[in-house]
Amino acid sequence: MNAVTTGIAQRIGGWFSKPSETVVAAEQAALRSDRFRLEREADWKRLDAILKRMEAGRTRGLSDEDLLALPTLYRTAASSLSIARETSLDAALVGYLEALTQRAWFLVYGPRASLWSWFRGFLGGGWSASVRGLGVDLLIALALMVAGTVVGWLLVASNPEWYYSLVPGGFADERVPGASREVLRGTLFGNQDQDGMSVFAASLFSNNAQVSILCFALGFAFGLPTMLLLIHNTALLGAMLWLYHGQGLLLDFVGWLSIHGTTELFAILLAGAAGIHVGRSMAFPGNLPVMDAAAAAGRRAAQVMTGVVLMLVIAALLEGFARQMVDSTPSRLIVGGFMLVLWTGYFFAFRRGVR
Amino acid sequence: MTIALKIPFRRRGETQTGPVRADGDKRRRMVVSPEGVPIPFMLASRGSRAAALFLDLLMIFGAIIGSTLILAWIANGIGFNFNKEDGPAGRAMQALVIVWVVAMFLFRNAWFLFFELGPRGATPGKRICGIRVAARARGVNGGRLTTEAVIARNLVRDIELFMPLIFFISASVEGGDTKMAGWAGLGWFLIFALFPFFNRDRLRCGDMIAGTWVVEAPKTKLETALSVGGAARGHSQETGAQYRFSDADLAIYGEYELQVLERVLRENRADGLRDVTEAICRKIGWNAGAGDERAFLEAYYAQLRARLETGMRFGKRKADKHSERA
Repeated sequence: MNAVTTGIAQRIGGWFSKPSETVVAAEQAALRSDRFRLEREADWKRLDAILKRMEAGRTRGLSDEDLLALPTLYRTAASSLSIARETSLDAALVGYLEALTQRAWFLVYGPRASLWSWFRGFLGGGWSASVRGLGVDLLIALALMVAGTVVGWLLVASNPEWYYSLVPGGFADERVPGASREVLRGTLFGNQDQDGMSVFAASLFSNNAQVSILCFALGFAFGLPTMLLLIHNTALLGAMLWLYHGQGLLLDFVGWLSIHGTTELFAILLAGAAGIHVGRSMAFPGNLPVMDAAAAAGRRAAQVMTGVVLMLVIAALLEGFARQMVDSTPSRLIVGGFMLVLWTGYFFAFRRGVR
Repeated sequence: MTIALKIPFRRRGETQTGPVRADGDKRRRMVVSPEGVPIPFMLASRGSRAAALFLDLLMIFGAIIGSTLILAWIANGIGFNFNKEDGPAGRAMQALVIVWVVAMFLFRNAWFLFFELGPRGATPGKRICGIRVAARARGVNGGRLTTEAVIARNLVRDIELFMPLIFFISASVEGGDTKMAGWAGLGWFLIFALFPFFNRDRLRCGDMIAGTWVVEAPKTKLETALSVGGAARGHSQETGAQYRFSDADLAIYGEYELQVLERVLRENRADGLRDVTEAICRKIGWNAGAGDERAFLEAYYAQLRARLETGMRFGKRKADKHSERA
């Protein structure tokens, strides 16, 4: 009861009190447009103050009332702007309102509140949805990768000299055509006591992530460089497969590779598909203008690419640690196969929050 | 003589309203907000974008050097130890190297991402140059800047900027043809650097793929109203004179001249005020006095604005002195 009476008292007090300063100023102003301005100026100033705080990154310091008032104040400013354009010739005022509305727009319709909440949405359905959104481009990328592997194998099988041009110097240490079975076997097993694996993993990740970003970004040129890059990189794989096959170590090599390769090759597949997706939407934009089609595809592909970087982190960890710790082909195949099933399930069976 | 207001110079008979800016009209884009209000966006000039990029690269370079030095200092404290021994010192060294590799990757890829996702939509370099990233309008409708768009535009930056460098370095490390690689890298770089010159909205490749553009960040200050002071009522503080203008005195000018007058008053330079006062007096047949120009002009401004705004409310607008009032 007490609260109610004080509330009423305040309101009545408000009715009979002396008019506030702005009201007096508004009544004294000669021009109607100035009266309009003076009556609303307090709202604009409040919006201005809120925007200033938010722009400085101090959103947490804002009170709840201010935060709730933001959309309303934004719409007030926008409607003030339309009115001012029709009734006021004060260029400074119109300019100020244009800037104020624009600033509020950037915040009201800006990126999602925090990177963290975006990331949650990303893991909880956004990523897998955008991977599925790539559609037929996934199949194109897969076909190219298979074709690249086959081509690499066939080339080296017909003429071993090809091996040296396909495999860059860094890889071909002792793994060259004509190497004995023991040497090749030694590269696959028995490296548990190797040191510096964690450093190795970190630089592997950095390198692989850069290659896959390249794969995506080159999609800009209608996807052609992406396709070439995919074929070239998998041709290397084909050449290595042939090398180990020659000494009867094919299955062991596949096991050695699969432990991180299922994740890494999947990531490269996604990056290539993302690049092809962008390129294809520019070459065949459908009903949309080219620019809009490219933008829509680019945003979807960017989401896939964020995921690709994550996958490569995992792949590098697997490569740096798990491969050296797990030292028999069957268990390596199990780990690799498990990762493959995990990714496939996550991307194609996990359909929560489909937008 | 028909030139009434001397600043700025304008060709006779040109029917253009609004303030004249250097290349303002070419860079101006009207975008309709979701509420249906058209809002002007100013595309950032290419010069300021280049400057912003340069500043950012400088800062990234500084950050890389700085973090490397700090890590080296810590490593020095542990005692440099590249021998592959399995002691705690060796482990710590390994951890440091990992931190370094990851930090380099982040500086290269996450600097732009982190800042452009913030509420200002701009990296430090862009902020200094007064520009920011915004979602490109589709047709006339403004869009929403999304996280994915910012990621996309910055992933493409990688091939635009860092690729030719990598190209060159890898050629020289592997003993390839550095001259050839240098030329190829330069050509590559030029294609992307000149890209904003060949489209209307000055987009670079990343902007195109992400659906963004770079605009000038809006200015923030509200100027005081000129028409609420004492002088605006026609009453001069200095001389005590009353300035009242007849309808015929006010009918000769339009909105464009009003805005020029507003600008002159805000700049408040003595010679500007004097020139404009003389021009107006000549035009309306008053004898130009001296010493009380500001009060005279404020009075003229307020009364001209009152007259024009009254016309506006009845749907009659007069764009400038050349247009006939309906």
